[in-house]
Amino acid sequence: MSADPSIPPTALSGEVSLPEKLADVEPVRSVRTPIRLDYDFIPGSASSGYLNAFADRKILGQRSPVDGAVFVPPRGVDPRHGAATPDYVELPDTGHVGGFCVTRLPIPGRDDLEIPYVSAWIHLDGADIGFLGLVAGIDTSEVRMGMRVRAVWKPDDELGRTAENILHWEPTGEPDIPVTAAGTNAWHAKQAAAGEQG
Amino acid sequence: MAERTAVLGVGQTKYQTTRGDVSLPGLVREAAYRALEDAELGWDDIDAVVVGKAPDFFEGVMQPELFLAEALGAVGKPLLRVHTAGSVGGSTAVVAASLVQAGIHRRVLTLGFEKQSESNATWALSLPQPFSVSINAGAGGYFSPIIRQYMARTNAPELIGCMVAFKDRQHALRNPYAHLQQKDLTFDQVVESPMLWEPIRFSETCPSSDGACALVLGDEAAGDASTKPVAWIHGAALRSEANNFPGRDEVNPQASRDCADDVFAQAGITNRRAEIDAVEIYVPFSWYEPMWLESLGFCEIGDGWKLVEEGATHLDGGDLPVNCSGGVLSSNPIGASGMIRFAEAALQVRGMAGDHQVDGARKAFGHAYGGGAQYYAMWIVGADKPTS
Repeated sequence: MSADPSIPPTALSGEVSLPEKLADVEPVRSVRTPIRLDYDFIPGSASSGYLNAFADRKILGQRSPVDGAVFVPPRGVDPRHGAATPDYVELPDTGHVGGFCVTRLPIPGRDDLEIPYVSAWIHLDGADIGFLGLVAGIDTSEVRMGMRVRAVWKPDDELGRTAENILHWEPTGEPDIPVTAAGTNAWHAKQAAAGEQG
Repeated sequence: MAERTAVLGVGQTKYQTTRGDVSLPGLVREAAYRALEDAELGWDDIDAVVVGKAPDFFEGVMQPELFLAEALGAVGKPLLRVHTAGSVGGSTAVVAASLVQAGIHRRVLTLGFEKQSESNATWALSLPQPFSVSINAGAGGYFSPIIRQYMARTNAPELIGCMVAFKDRQHALRNPYAHLQQKDLTFDQVVESPMLWEPIRFSETCPSSDGACALVLGDEAAGDASTKPVAWIHGAALRSEANNFPGRDEVNPQASRDCADDVFAQAGITNRRAEIDAVEIYVPFSWYEPMWLESLGFCEIGDGWKLVEEGATHLDGGDLPVNCSGGVLSSNPIGASGMIRFAEAALQVRGMAGDHQVDGARKAFGHAYGGGAQYYAMWIVGADKPTS
């Protein structure tokens, strides 16, 4: 190992000779050239169904043909089994907070978000995976895993084919569900309950 | 039987916020040059090159391995690129090793890199997606709920994460390649650092680094021919899983457990804590040290935080020193970060880790994870040749 790792190997530092007229010019080490790339998003059938339904204030999931698990947003496939999920399920706009993060730094394109804000995995009633949502209408220090929430929608005339139709999720005031049955634990709790029934 | 494979050389650049004096090709060539120098080999001795880095949109250069081929001496040789997000440095080393183990090549150069000064990884990881709301702030936003879940499951004391962060920054002071060199840092300063992604403090997150790490791997004859100590590969494994499915255990993913079981079985290790002398695991956020210690089977589920609290993972006096290099918490050139873990494990068993050497280390564990904690790469290296 060389003594000082911050000194590049001498074999790699070639001699650079400049024309005399550039002798006193400050060398340019980097140039910032912002670029942008806009995508035209062409959704597949599952995303199309999901986004089109959003314009009508409906949240659609898809049901696994293997064990009935409900995925939202639907992606046309159950990733556990590689099985196609052609059947849509309409879901209510209520659920619970699975996990969450209190974010204290701004993110680009969302100047409207007041810091701190809570991003959460929302587990809809009847769904078996969570999706991301903003939790508001409550002090950030009061947000809990297992807290019951409902969607707050944009006004009808502002609805589009986008998940942004839901402005945020607010507490319903109902009792929390136990942490052991919340979020990713919910599936196991549901399987255990089904097992007990028969 | 697979060809026995050894790490013949390790090359790293000094990790720092900006390597403004070199281009991307200059950066990778420096690490590759040092690895060859360490291996006492030249460019012509290399049969193939395997490159890994985090997703291309971080620096905005598509398929950079193609334009880096000359800098890596790969013109006219097989050149392979590996993609597994943050775990890529580890996966790349495993893929490179497989080319030697399979008898396809005798000596392979493998390298991981990132020039974070020419990119913005946090925002690259916050790209708007049409079917989701745009509120996730980078990797911290993603991993924070998982850390919260771990804390809820274990009732671990609140400051365990700070203890990990402080320990790794102390370790970094003994590694001249480490990015963060915070000589005057106190534990109180770690604790008082502002929350970014509550419960993750600023002090509990990794820095953004420029850097590259390279390894030269060789077959048994090449290992035997080396005049320096080499690190023999005793096991190497990869696993992955989807990042969102019903009942997924995000704290202790099945892919992580399966990968660990595989690699320890390959190495014939039954008592993981007793038989491993040095551990380099991918800990970009402090709480991931106790979480991975549990998932990797170095302790019982729920006990990871106790190892931290007892000081078991500290280089001074710990029986299972973790991230003696300072870890990802002290240096994070993302695409290289996994390979650095693998390289540091090799340096430990070669007895070449300098001031952060674990005395008498014979077996070491290297680890990387990536994506939504869904891609895993692990290897075990030893000072002695594997018997099988």
